[in-house]
Amino acid sequence: MPANRFNGFTDYGIGIGLRVAHYGHILCRKPVVDWFEIISENFMVDGGRPLEVLDRILEQYRVVQHGVSMYFGSAAPLNREHLKRLKRLVKRTGTPWLSDHLCWGSVDGRYTHDLLPMPYTVAAAKTTARKIRQAQDFLEVPIAVENVSSYAEFHASEMSEWEFLTEVVERADCGILLDVNNIYVSSRNHDFDPVDYLNGVPIERVAQIHIAGHSQYRKYILDTHDHPVIDPVWKLYARATALAGPTATLLEWDAQIPSFKEVHREALKAKRFIQPGREVARV
Amino acid sequence: MAEAVMRPLTSRERMQGQTEDGRSMKVVAGEFIKPNKRLTSFERLEIYNRQYWFRLVDCLSEDYPGLRAILGDRKFLTLAEAYLQACPSRSFTLRNLGRGLEGFLQEHPDLTAPRTGPCVDMARLEWAHVEAFDSEARTPLRVEDLKGKSPARIRLRLQPHIQLLTLDYPVDSLVLSVKRDQGLRGDASHTMPGGRSRVRSRIARMLRPEPIRLVVHRWDHVVYYKRIDPLQFQLLEGLRSGFSLQGACDAVLTDAPETLVPEVVQGWFRDGSAMGWFCRRSRG
Repeated sequence: MPANRFNGFTDYGIGIGLRVAHYGHILCRKPVVDWFEIISENFMVDGGRPLEVLDRILEQYRVVQHGVSMYFGSAAPLNREHLKRLKRLVKRTGTPWLSDHLCWGSVDGRYTHDLLPMPYTVAAAKTTARKIRQAQDFLEVPIAVENVSSYAEFHASEMSEWEFLTEVVERADCGILLDVNNIYVSSRNHDFDPVDYLNGVPIERVAQIHIAGHSQYRKYILDTHDHPVIDPVWKLYARATALAGPTATLLEWDAQIPSFKEVHREALKAKRFIQPGREVARV
Repeated sequence: MAEAVMRPLTSRERMQGQTEDGRSMKVVAGEFIKPNKRLTSFERLEIYNRQYWFRLVDCLSEDYPGLRAILGDRKFLTLAEAYLQACPSRSFTLRNLGRGLEGFLQEHPDLTAPRTGPCVDMARLEWAHVEAFDSEARTPLRVEDLKGKSPARIRLRLQPHIQLLTLDYPVDSLVLSVKRDQGLRGDASHTMPGGRSRVRSRIARMLRPEPIRLVVHRWDHVVYYKRIDPLQFQLLEGLRSGFSLQGACDAVLTDAPETLVPEVVQGWFRDGSAMGWFCRRSRG
């Protein structure tokens, strides 16, 4: 699914996250990179250094926005001021699609700055989908929601995570940012088969794929984005691209960040695993 | 769940056994979180509780390395927890997490005693650094742009990223020293900047009262601290509050010592212009 209506009919290839540690290298050396993903919140400011750097990046590269604070799953309505700031940034970057997480994280105006898991209920899916539709209508750009890594499951859940994701994106008529590392992490934490997850989501809605590393603890796995991608995640990635086709892919590396070259090299490994598409039949 | 996630950790960095209203956290967690074969409901909830505190305290530590150096790790952690409980984040971005810290320190001197004065000054400086780092910068005015114009009609604006600070302690030197040490450790992890007692005595030496006027500003993506003369500081404050160039100069020169000749004031403007401090006032 290289180009579809959920990623603005683009075919972006393999990108990496734009991080402060790499600014110097990118601005001076201007390395060849298919695209950069930015964290929207870091650039939702009135001016100053973040926007100066972003403008210089935009002169040379394609940029896609990824958010961490829309909290579609929180009970509170969307914040209009937040949306206005986000839309200003959308106009600046020309992002062909925009992503955020399928989670909640704020309550009564207080932010946890975490991606908290949701109870997988029809009621939650309806509320979440309504907010995604509102955001999409206001921002006038396709939205893709990302599955998160989780460490807890709720008694209240009425369906599996992939069924819930499907319920939300079909009600919202939005795209999916399929994070195969998050699928792997959650599959180990909650004892399910990650292939069931891949087979269970509406693959035609996948706008983008995330890959990343994580940290293995004795009793659980934590999504830390501070390691290279492990082989089982690459295998899942291969499976995902076999189902969806070559899809815009991004490597996330957010802590203990190595050199730009090392991060980019790790991202480009994805080329070895990309399948031409539809080779693995959906069962 | 949010209440449990934001509840402070124990001294051993574990989730507390009881909720705020005295209920068993094990019972509460079990009511809404499923256990699995490896983790109880309590342990699964605890992962989120710990991550919340680790993330937010790390963020404050990153923004306030100088304050942490003055207080030491343990006192800084106590302060961070107290602050985050009293002032939980109400912004979509962690960039704003420390916005209320200076005020909180003034209201709770017990958390920083006996070094409350230096701590408040350091918190002011480190927040000013955050503001200077990513606030707006406008096209700077040059001295040549003002030639031939009447000083009574010239209304300069200070760059929005410029922060003017009146401090009782020379905390600028201390924070630069702390950052230098951190830089050394980053480049060579086995390099130690001296024993703990040497570091403590160095900090104590640097925290003797010494009133300073400081401009925190940005140039080419880097934040700089510049100490300036009190009269020059007064002049910049005058410009910031809307005085014309003539008005701001008159206010300073009225009570100035005889040594303050117009050439000195011109020198201030020349230096400020070279650092891009001035810009045009927006119309309307």
